[in-house]
Amino acid sequence: MGRPVRFNINPQKTAIKDAIGFADMPEGFEGEGFYATKFEKVIGLARKNSIWPLPFATSCCGIEFMATMGSHYDLARFGSERLGFTPRQCDLLMVMGTIAKKMAPIVKQVYLQMAEPRWVLAMGACASSGGIFDSYSVLQGIDQIIPVDVYIPGCPPRPEGVLDGILRIQDLVHNESLRRRNSEHYKALLGSYNIQ
Amino acid sequence: MALTLDIIQEKLLEKFGDQISFFIDPFGVLNFETPKEYNLKILQFLFDDETLRFRFLTDICAVHYPDEKGRELAIVYHLHNLVDNIRIRYKVFTAIETPDIYTATALYECANWMERETYDFFGVNFLGHPNLKRIQNVEEMDYFPMRKEYPMEDQTRTDKDDEMFGRGGTVIYNK
Repeated sequence: MGRPVRFNINPQKTAIKDAIGFADMPEGFEGEGFYATKFEKVIGLARKNSIWPLPFATSCCGIEFMATMGSHYDLARFGSERLGFTPRQCDLLMVMGTIAKKMAPIVKQVYLQMAEPRWVLAMGACASSGGIFDSYSVLQGIDQIIPVDVYIPGCPPRPEGVLDGILRIQDLVHNESLRRRNSEHYKALLGSYNIQ
Repeated sequence: MALTLDIIQEKLLEKFGDQISFFIDPFGVLNFETPKEYNLKILQFLFDDETLRFRFLTDICAVHYPDEKGRELAIVYHLHNLVDNIRIRYKVFTAIETPDIYTATALYECANWMERETYDFFGVNFLGHPNLKRIQNVEEMDYFPMRKEYPMEDQTRTDKDDEMFGRGGTVIYNK
């Protein structure tokens, strides 16, 4: 007679509160039956945790980004699992890889097609500064054509670096004033890139 | 009888005589040179001749020799006889002030893009080319980047510090 199969008849149920991550409540006034905070903070919180990235991958940094999207590193943990492949629906332009001068107008066009508010992340040495390609054909950093919010160093950066860059972007999104995009300062910034 | 480099050399000498010079065959590839006015005649002869049959143009490229006055630019035709599987290299030289040379597009369709590329990087002016404009670089570029008078680094850069790249600057390395 074989050994009886032992079933785990008393499985431990995970409490739902332990399985779901909650964002910290923004600071505000709380009382019985009400809670008041700034609209700006709520919107920042919502935007921060639901960024739609647009990958603009041209070379080896793109491969590292694919690893970041995969199960080991899993960008989905940070609310960014939904990559959009149309600039019109995306919030974050991720430029990953060498941008040749001939590619520059295309990057700029993609940026122009994105709706405000939009953020830009330059991943790797090439997108940030031209990297080792100190040459007649390579754009020396995408910040020559579009404004960049976060630079990730590395050649190529490890997926942890990409995650860190995304978290820095999230910080910016979270803390950004709703009025920033209408400010004179921001308009001057775009104006310096010849963008209306 | 299989085609050999000796036969090719003999036939070319028989047809063009003293216009051809500089026969060498490094790594078994025959190299020779003529004045640049002869390029189409040579290519046509190599194409038409029933023994030679060089009917495939592998590549056109150029080389810049800044020290050779009057013949700074070499235009190199790589030809392939697909029947006998023999490759040869044919060079013409031109002065960099007058980089004019006849186009081979009438003979080889594929010469169209190759000559555009050679124009793009070296500024060789192919007379009679149907569409001689830049093919790989940005159209606004106003120089020919592979000529050796231009430094390899991008001169328009403003953000890179020479010290960071180990060339010039104020840092002195003690060895």
